[in-house]
Amino acid sequence: MIQQNTSVGYDSKVEGEVIVTRADSVINWIRKHSVWPMPMGLACCAIELMAAGGSRFDISRFGMEVMRFSPRQADCMIVAGTVTYKMAEVIRRIYEQMAEPKWVVAMGACASTGGMYRSYATLQGVDRVVPVDVYVSGCPPRPEALLDAMMKLQDKIGRENAVKDLKATNEVLAATPGARVGA
Amino acid sequence: MKATDFTDLVQRFDFLTERESADHLAVNCPADRLLELATALRDELAYDLLLDVTAVDWDAEHPRFTGVYHLYTTERHEYLRIAANCTDDIEPTLPSLSTLYPAANWHERETYDLMGIRYEGHPDLSRILMWDDYPYHPLRKEFPLAGIETPLPADDVAAQTNAKVLPAPMMGGPFVAPTEGPMSQAEPLAKDESWTEKEENQ
Repeated sequence: MIQQNTSVGYDSKVEGEVIVTRADSVINWIRKHSVWPMPMGLACCAIELMAAGGSRFDISRFGMEVMRFSPRQADCMIVAGTVTYKMAEVIRRIYEQMAEPKWVVAMGACASTGGMYRSYATLQGVDRVVPVDVYVSGCPPRPEALLDAMMKLQDKIGRENAVKDLKATNEVLAATPGARVGA
Repeated sequence: MKATDFTDLVQRFDFLTERESADHLAVNCPADRLLELATALRDELAYDLLLDVTAVDWDAEHPRFTGVYHLYTTERHEYLRIAANCTDDIEPTLPSLSTLYPAANWHERETYDLMGIRYEGHPDLSRILMWDDYPYHPLRKEFPLAGIETPLPADDVAAQTNAKVLPAPMMGGPFVAPTEGPMSQAEPLAKDESWTEKEENQ
């Protein structure tokens, strides 16, 4: 019996070579196993991010090793480091340049809350300018912590209503003059 | 070889006075003679490296602002600190050394940005750290540590996100380490002690 959250239904006697599933499950399954992160390296957290991308910690085990330095080719912005007010504008613009669907990971204390920088120059958490999906604690977080956050993000992607979100996005686009409506 | 001391300098520059210093030679120079002094130091006394340009805000005192320069000679390996008081407390100005030392260019922009000292003759005295429209000079004494509410640099981003430059939560700060006792117990604590974490079994 297919319940609301069941992703796959299979009965060898009834279905033979056919697997029954939901569009949401398939779309989410595809998305979560090919996250394309964009490193937004702003401070020392970026060094740990690089370590996570290297062979020892090996982010490619989770299907997200294709780090792109262009927002047009990425769907997950990893904000790694201290965000100043001067940089906040840049982060927002780069976020807007990323194609939907897109996610944001706030890596480390500074990106999450401003960290130890209780200062006139530091944005007190990147969630004030972009919507954050996963926060990672640590100063800086170890690569394992980032990998854990990325797996949490995968879980989150797996729970999304992909079809519904797509429809909502298209409605927004349809109401926007000059925007091109997709599928 | 004898190190350069104050008597050597005052023979050549009679307008200098000696300045109290915990380390190397330091002199006070009137702001209007600074360019003359720096030119001679560079060309005659081989002070060929400008290491630092900064300033001090003395708050209520007069003169309020003092420009500070650190020079170094790669020939004799000696440091020299020059301090020049700004005559005007409201709009402090100093002559720019950027024509003598290229290093002065960005240092003076930083000091202008954070302290609000105008360097006359600077080729492009714009802010270097804060954004161009920022209305304050954050290292001045009257500027609060947490900051002052101001609009975000980009109007469209500010309109979209409702984000502003807000005073940072200080959580009872600033955090000050006690000067007495062993270093192991010198953890910086908030001045407002209601924020200090207490041990649970107490």
